[in-house]
Order: sequence, then C-alpha cells, then structure tokens
Amino acid sequence: MHIQRRSFLQISTLATGSLLIPKLLKAFDGQPLGTVPAGNKVLIIVQFSGGNDGLNTVIPVTHDVYQKLRPTIGFKADKALKITDDVALHPALTGLQKMYGNGDLAILNGVGYDKPDRSHFRSMDIWQTGSSSSEVWQTGWLGRYLDHACNNCPMPTQGLELDDTLSLTLKGKTQKGLAVKDPKKLYTQSQQKLFKQLAAQHHEEEHEKPVDYLYKTLAQSVSSAGYIYEKTNAKASSMSYPATELGKGFKNISSLVLSDVNTKVYYISLGSFDTHVGQQATQQRLFKEFNDAVEVFVNDMKANNRFQDVLLMTFSEFGRRVGQNASGGTDHGTANNMFFMSGGLKEKGLLNPMADLGKLTEGDLEHSVDFKQVYSTILSKWLGADADEILGKKLQPLSFI
Amino acid sequence: MAVTVPLKNLHLLSRACFGINTELIAKLNTVQPKQLYKTIVQQSSEPPVYLDKVSNSVKGILLGIQTEKQMQDGTPGTEPMNRAARRELTPEQRKYLQNQSREDIKTLSVAWMEEMAESKAQLREKMAFFWHGHFACRVVNIYYQQLLLHDIRKYALGNFGDLLRAVSKSASMLNFLNNQQNRKQKPNENFAREVMELFTLGRGNYTEKDIKEAARAFTGWSYDFGGEFVFRKNVHDEGEKTIFNQTGNFDGDDVIDMLLAKKETAQYIAQKIYVFFVNDTPNKEHVQWLADRFFKNNYDIQKLLDDIFTSDWFYAPQNIGCKIKSPVELLIGIRRVLPMQIDYPAVQLLLTRAMGQLLFYPPNVAGWPGGKAWIDSTSLIFRMRLPQLIKDDDAIDISVKSDDDVQMGKITATETQTFVRKKQAYGRGQQISANVNWEEYAEQFNGVPRENLQAVLESILLVTPTQKATTAVVAANTDASSRLTFIQSTTIACMSTPEYQLC
Repeated sequence: MHIQRRSFLQISTLATGSLLIPKLLKAFDGQPLGTVPAGNKVLIIVQFSGGNDGLNTVIPVTHDVYQKLRPTIGFKADKALKITDDVALHPALTGLQKMYGNGDLAILNGVGYDKPDRSHFRSMDIWQTGSSSSEVWQTGWLGRYLDHACNNCPMPTQGLELDDTLSLTLKGKTQKGLAVKDPKKLYTQSQQKLFKQLAAQHHEEEHEKPVDYLYKTLAQSVSSAGYIYEKTNAKASSMSYPATELGKGFKNISSLVLSDVNTKVYYISLGSFDTHVGQQATQQRLFKEFNDAVEVFVNDMKANNRFQDVLLMTFSEFGRRVGQNASGGTDHGTANNMFFMSGGLKEKGLLNPMADLGKLTEGDLEHSVDFKQVYSTILSKWLGADADEILGKKLQPLSFI
Repeated sequence: MAVTVPLKNLHLLSRACFGINTELIAKLNTVQPKQLYKTIVQQSSEPPVYLDKVSNSVKGILLGIQTEKQMQDGTPGTEPMNRAARRELTPEQRKYLQNQSREDIKTLSVAWMEEMAESKAQLREKMAFFWHGHFACRVVNIYYQQLLLHDIRKYALGNFGDLLRAVSKSASMLNFLNNQQNRKQKPNENFAREVMELFTLGRGNYTEKDIKEAARAFTGWSYDFGGEFVFRKNVHDEGEKTIFNQTGNFDGDDVIDMLLAKKETAQYIAQKIYVFFVNDTPNKEHVQWLADRFFKNNYDIQKLLDDIFTSDWFYAPQNIGCKIKSPVELLIGIRRVLPMQIDYPAVQLLLTRAMGQLLFYPPNVAGWPGGKAWIDSTSLIFRMRLPQLIKDDDAIDISVKSDDDVQMGKITATETQTFVRKKQAYGRGQQISANVNWEEYAEQFNGVPRENLQAVLESILLVTPTQKATTAVVAANTDASSRLTFIQSTTIACMSTPEYQLC
C-alpha cells in the first residue's frame, strides 16, 4: 500500500502553501484533498536508549535464579506489579498494568538476534538498520519503508521523529523522515526570509544534481515545518500531558494523529537506560516518565476513538546481564522484551514464554525471537508494505496484529 | 559552462584542501591550477607534529604502574607497560582513565581541527581526514586513538601498504575489532573480516573460507598497555592455512602482503578515493586508470593524488561543486575563510555532532556514509543557520542525541567525582563565542568596487555557479548601511545558501 499523498494545501492560516510549486500538485493524482480517512494506521516507536534492563521491566519475580543473581536490585513479588502468578511489571509501570488488564498491552519476550553485540552503538545500529550482526547497513529499516511507500511524496512528514536530530532508523536511500522536537522552533527557524526566498526559487529540473536535491530538501523542510506546526496547533489535545520531554512529545503526536496528518511513523527516544551504577533510581525515574506520558496518550486515543489505529512499540538496543554487578547496576547483556500497545491487538498479554533463566549462555539470556520478525510483522501487517523487500530477507511474521 | 582558471583553483582548494583561505584568495587569479597544486603538495612535505593530548593525570597513573611494574620485574628503562598491568589498576583508576580519555579525546579532536583549519599541510590533513573515515575506529582510549591518528597523519600521503600495516597493528584497531579475542582454537573473525571487506578488497572479492583462515593467521596480534604492537606467540595458530588458494603457515603480515598483491585492493581504494575527492558517482574509465597506476606505482598515495589533481577530467564541469561537504568540512571551511577566534573550541564538536559527525566516533565500522546521507530536512536547516549562529554568537539551540558509548553510563557515578575535573558543559545553550575579525576579512576586498563586491564574494565562496535567482535572493538579504556591513551580510547570506553546502 502506498501512503496516500495527502494534501497540505488547504492550510490557509500559514503562508507555506504558496511556496509549493505547481509540480507538486501533480503528485496528488486526483486524490481527494482533505483528511486521512479513519482507519489510517500509525506506528509509534519509543526507543529506550542505553540498553534497558528487561529483567527488571517484565520481572520473573518467582524465579530462583532471578532472585539469587539479583540480591539487592531484584524486585520481590510484593514490590512489583503483578500481571500473572509468576510475572510482574516494574512498579513504575502502573498504567501498563491497567493496559494489561484491559487487553491493550502485549509483551514479547526473549527478543534479540544471533551473535549479539554488546556495544551500544553497534547494537543500536543493528536494531535501527534491521541488519544482521555480521552486516553493516547504511539505511534505517523505516527509512527503507519510506523509500518503498513514499515515492514522490511531497513532504518528508510520513516519518516523524520527535527530536532535534534524525535517527538512522528514519533515513532511507532516497527518502528521509523529519526530526522536529519543538514544532514552533523549527517553524520559526525555517521561515526566516532568506530560507523562504531560497526555497521559493526551487529548481525545476528532475533532481539529479546535488544542488537540486538540496533545493528540493529545503523546499520540503520549509513546507513541512509549517505543516507540522499548523497541525500540532489545529487539534491541541484536551488531555493534560505531563510536562516532561516525553509528555510533550506524546502531546504533539496526539495532536498530529487527531489532525489526520499523513504521518505513518512517529519515533521518540527516552534514556539513558545505561544503568551500570545505581540502576533502581534511574529506571524508576525513566519508567515513571514513560508510564505517565503513555497512559495519558492511550486514554487520549481511546477518548477520540483512534486507539485501534495506533500501534505503540518499545525497544532497546540490548537487555542487560542477568546477574547484578558490584555497583548496584547491571552490565550490557543480550535478549530483551518489547511492549506493544494498541486497540488493534489480535493477541494480548504475554505473547510467548519468558526468556529461560535456566539456560543462560555465559550469564546471558538467549533470544527466542529475532527482532527482525517483529519488523516484518509490523511492515506487512500494520503498514501494508513489502516486508521481505524492505528487510532484504524472508522472515516469519508473528501473529499478534 | 566554461571553467575559468580561478574556478579551477577554487575547485582544487575545496577538494585537496579544506577550502580557500585569506592567503589563497589573493592567488586565485594569478596562478595556474598545476602551479597551485605543486605548492599544495610542497606544503605537505614535512612530517606532521605528533599531537599529544594525554593529560598529565593519566600519564601519572600509567607511569606509576609502569614504574612499579618495572621495579617488580627488575626490567630497566623503557620496557612498555604490559597487559598484566591493566589488571593492577584499581577500579577507581580504571574508571578515571576512561572518563579522562573521553575528555582528552575531545582535546585531541579540537587540536586536529585546528590543524585542518590552520596548517599549511592541507593536502595531508585532508587525506588524513579521509583515512580517519576509511579506517573507522571507535575506542575510548586516548592513548590508542592518539597513536592511530598519528599513524594516519604520518602515512597519509605515503605508501598505502605501510599505512595499512600500521593501522592493522595499532592498539586502537586491534581492540576495536576484537583481535584480543582472536586466539588459536578460538578464532574471532571480526578483524580479518573488516580488514578485507572495509580496508582492502571490498565485498565480493573473498570467500568466507578466506576470512576464517585469515583470522587464524591474525591470531596473536595484540598490543600492550602503552599501545605498542605485541605478537603473542603462545596464542598464535601455527598450523597451515589456505588463503586465496595459497597454502602455508601464514601469519598476519603474510595476509597483509597477500591483500596488497591483489589488484582488487588497488581498485577498491582508488575508487573510494575518487569518490571522496572527485564525484560520488564514479566514472569507471577514470577509476580504472587510477587503479592501474596505483597498483603499478606500488600503492604510492601521493602519486595517486597527483594523477587525480593534475588530470583534465578533475576540472570538468560535472565534477565541480557536486560534492556535499561533510559537517567537519563545512565548519572548517567557514573557519578558513573568516578569521575568527573561538573562545571555547570544544563547541565545534557540538556543532559538527549536531550535523551528524563527531571525530573519533564514527557511526559504525564502515565510517560516515557521506554524500546525500548528510542531508535531511532538519540537518539542512541547521547547516544553513550555522553561519548566522557564528556571526551573532548565538546560543546553540538544539540538543544532540545521547551517545551511551560516549557517556558510558556516567550519570550518578559519584564515586568518581573526586577524580573527575568539573566537566565543562558543552551542551544545549552553549554560546558559540566566536569572534570574527570582520575588518581583517573585509580588508582583502579593498580594491573591489562596490558594485562588484557581491559577485566577487560569490566567486570565492560558492564553487557551484549560482542561478540568477539565488544571486537576487542574496542581494535582497544584505545590509547596505556600510561597506563593512555589506561585506559581512553578503558573506553570511552566501554561506547560508544550499550552494554553500557543496564543494
């Protein structure tokens, strides 16, 4: 399915529309101008940067090995949020516990890849590109999705990162997402007279030469910044979001989803989860920020009858070692769990068994699901794209959506 | 398009050097490109000065261990610190070394950027910058990184074989590519794989078996605490190996020799250098010609560059203004044109990082992808705002992504606080604090009549010919209240165009 090339021409309150050159009009191919129909599915990814400790996230509270290897930072059953007889969530994840009860949450355990790498940047690279551990790829998996789905898209707003700089995940070969942390700021920056005038004299040739590519990107930047700024204000949420970075990010995502913008993928990061030292305070703080923002967001989507169109996914570059270290923290490990939140889940709760604590490889968890299978599932079943082509290999999709 | 002599010179300076500077502006019209290139080569003939940025406290700790070790062993003089000594560091010392390394690497980066901006040996530094991306290496150890950088600068214009061998035997690369874990009976293929795939042959020119066997040959290649190469005979696999259909009891040096004997290596390196200096889209015929000569000249890098920069095709219109500057090239290019004093030079690291490039921290083993990969909507806006930020001495208003390899989980590491100097916060909100000496800059245009000023400025700042419309936009964004403000505003406007992103 190609992303519908939606109109942003009806924006009337901003001058950005006038910058759009007639050529772009052709790109609409007679699509009705206006909003995206309900049912337009969006993907939201929350990246837990730094390697989140999965074992203290979805906790095997009754397991001897867990309790033994984590004498001080392990959670006792009565201190965590119980979801099954043997499994509990981190105490800060109160909202997720409710979602679990409501069937809005799915948890995938033991996610990883062959020959895991313990370097942050390398493992993040692997997760962001969707490569195997022996390959080095230069494009992100969602960037390639944009390449595939977004040929001739007039603006880079199909993939949006709520940050000041763009992650590799959203960089494709020909298409790239847009990074915008503060829509107003980017709008102000991009609308200065010089940039607008330069963007307006957009080169008309087919964009072969680098200079044409730059002018095209500039024109897109100026118009997208205006479009996103306009849309974040168009339907400001009535819900009260936390005043944290993540809270602000989700508030913007909500406004954009409810404005039916053409964005298919939202990307936002939280961190650092690199808890070598004093893990408990750090994870508590970050999870509270995560929980509080996501809980409001999910309620917001439900209140607006859009939760079934939203899939929220979390990931981290690796999990952490099973045994705690001498500094009340944990070191870099391997397999990890992922959360999925959506009103459109076909399978709910714990999707598979917890990673096997009885079968550790040099003190590390073994993975049972390849993260690329998750990507394949999302690309083919949620975004309606050719997963095999985007991931460069055939993978067995999962059945939770 | 007729390519004029000054344009050819400007093109040469933006590729073989980090752009034009005041001294060279005066020469643009008076020399021929061949002559100019000769001067550039000559200015790079002296060996580089070793950049030593290891702080005294780190040296103190290491020296202490070394001395203690020597006293125990009874070994006199300059016996290098060995790996066993590492284990004798207390956890606090080890942590301190790591934190201080991170700070010292910043100092080293800034010092190198200073060379890029100020050194007369432009060709050498430009080539070293290429090798820094080619031999991508990310290790948070100031000693190792400093030694590797020196090798790269020392051999930048020398013989590729020497360079390859030096890099392959560097503590930085052996550590980064896990050759410490590559042992007899328990080989680790990472090093062998990257040496073939990224440093020499390129994909498709070797088999998995070649890698497996080469990995066995590299067993025992190691280094000591002081960053010196060490061959550890006891972990070296003495058995027979078959690599590229040759069988023998090969060691790492043999593999390097075999790689250099393969023409594919010359091909791969020549193409990569062509892409870096000439055009992102390789011209097969030109690359082949370069590769043949590179091979025949026994991998003489200087001769390869001579071939490129003295060829007619280098100055062909399609090769001019077609490369997108990397963030480092963009920033250093501005520094070279505008005489400026930066109060807190480390702010440069924040600026380039915001645009996607932090020296010594390549994104992966393949280095920075370059070309269009530098440009997305957000990075382009920042790049175009950069000259104004510098001019207005603005605070940096964007935050860069956290890098957990750089931060190393250092959030609440209170126990190290006593060791760590108060860290300068080069973060969001940091003022650029660059004082541009506009009077000095303007002086060189004293002879230019007012009506020609814009054209002259465009001709030295923009390699890509501007369209009439761009010229009009620049003109509409100038401040004509005085000659100085006009020069200042025209320069900033030119630097804020898409054209200025190109070299």
